[in-house]
Amino acid sequence: MRDKPLAPAIDGWHTMADKPHLIGSQCTDCGTYFFPPQSQYCRNPNCDSTDFREVELSRTGQIWSYTNASYKPPSPFVAPEPFEPYAIAGVQLQREQMVVLGQVVKGVTVEELKVGMLMELVLETLHETEDDIKVTWKWRPIAADTKTGA
Amino acid sequence: MSNEIAIIGAGMHPWGKWGHNFVQYGVAAAREALADADIPWRDIRFVSGGATVRCGYPGYVAGATFAQALGWQGAEVNTSYAACASGSQALAAARNKILAGECEVALVVGADTTPKGFLAPAGGYRPEDPDWVRFYLGITNPTYFALYARRRMDIYGDTLEDFAAVKVKNSRIGAKNPRARYRKCFTAEDVAASAMVADPLRLMDICATSDGGAALIVCSLDYARKIGKANAPRVAAISTVTPTFASGVVEMPDIATDSAAAAGVEAISYRSTIPLKAYEEAGVGPEDISLAEVYDLSTALELDWIEDLQLTPRGEAAAALRRGDTALGGKFPINVSGGLACFGEAVPAQAIAQVCELTWQLRGEAGDRQVKGARVGITANQGLFGHGSSVIVKR
Repeated sequence: MRDKPLAPAIDGWHTMADKPHLIGSQCTDCGTYFFPPQSQYCRNPNCDSTDFREVELSRTGQIWSYTNASYKPPSPFVAPEPFEPYAIAGVQLQREQMVVLGQVVKGVTVEELKVGMLMELVLETLHETEDDIKVTWKWRPIAADTKTGA
Repeated sequence: MSNEIAIIGAGMHPWGKWGHNFVQYGVAAAREALADADIPWRDIRFVSGGATVRCGYPGYVAGATFAQALGWQGAEVNTSYAACASGSQALAAARNKILAGECEVALVVGADTTPKGFLAPAGGYRPEDPDWVRFYLGITNPTYFALYARRRMDIYGDTLEDFAAVKVKNSRIGAKNPRARYRKCFTAEDVAASAMVADPLRLMDICATSDGGAALIVCSLDYARKIGKANAPRVAAISTVTPTFASGVVEMPDIATDSAAAAGVEAISYRSTIPLKAYEEAGVGPEDISLAEVYDLSTALELDWIEDLQLTPRGEAAAALRRGDTALGGKFPINVSGGLACFGEAVPAQAIAQVCELTWQLRGEAGDRQVKGARVGITANQGLFGHGSSVIVKR
């Protein structure tokens, strides 16, 4: 059980480092960022580029809004039994001028969140399989203590 | 003027959880609309259906499915799928056919049978599908509604009591609508006692999914005059615009917004752009609106729509609600049908049902729910994947 390796829940969308980044793409022509990354066509209507570079997105930003999930979502979500509610935040990235949704780390409730609050990206377990522990990106308040060390 | 068509018939199968095939609801709605227009089925030369994606192949070709069920009579058919805007697109197809002079009178119809609970995507490992991604990460439809609601609270100072007041208002008027599914008057205490789903939204702040069917008979102004219905309400505008890059609000089913980092690109709220084309096309403004039917997927979202329709400045919808402006008898009554709060959502029928309500209101036939002197009504809705619509009906 403890020997299971960590694996990204979705391949190639974030680094696995201690201070992880989301992996996006950037149009080499107009500079627009994309997350999830895409490399086929630029969606800026003023740009018809098909050339992209892979980029690590800002790993901090400000809360755009937040909520929680009090009930178990349907499949493909894999819920622990018993289900544990979790908070969710949309975080505005300054340089990229975009909002990215994600769960908030375990133990942080909506009462502790506020629009505009500074958040950073961390990795945490989404669910376990027979072979590995699937991790994904989550948001954590920067002001919070770092007792989990995640 | 030259772009207008007349609405000479409206009909609905009551919303509910009846468990029947969707075709049955569509046929019932179509027959009621035909009877209302007082014209024979064989006079319809174009059948425009809103598709349902939950009922297999007959749902994908809903226009033909309804035409067959009503009895093949050689009319041309169309089927539109545009999520919540499906009904408006079906109406737009009928308008195009009529204004092109290819047909005089058309049937627009949509119906659905919906599953219980959360609307879930197809399974597997499919990271290329944003709908799959967000459910895998634990983000459901109420998540988005709650994000918008929470922003209202943190930025404008809206309260849980405001959201509950929307539900109380809509339930009070919906109780008088025989076509609504939920016809109980709820109190603020009822809302507060319901389970928290996605903070700050409780179960009673969020709309359910329902079975239902709605239909309209629309025709050229010449045809309306010919059959003695020159005064019928008219469709004055239909907006089915896409979002404008960069969309600054995170929308279902995406997990991120567009990036507005490129030069000359601004972040824009899609919802607020949908009515603009409708106002321009109809040649009316927010000050002319007698009533609005808006897509209250949540109580808080009704407040967003009031501002998107420019009925109040941004951030002031809750104040208008507290003043009674949005209730029957107020300055601009919102959702006097009872709204989605009392109907629940039947996707391909819902945008048509909104126009049915405006039709009855503008004819002065809405009984206990009648907005006195209603002359101009507007609908607004928004759904998945950049679909939304707004229709203006006037007389």
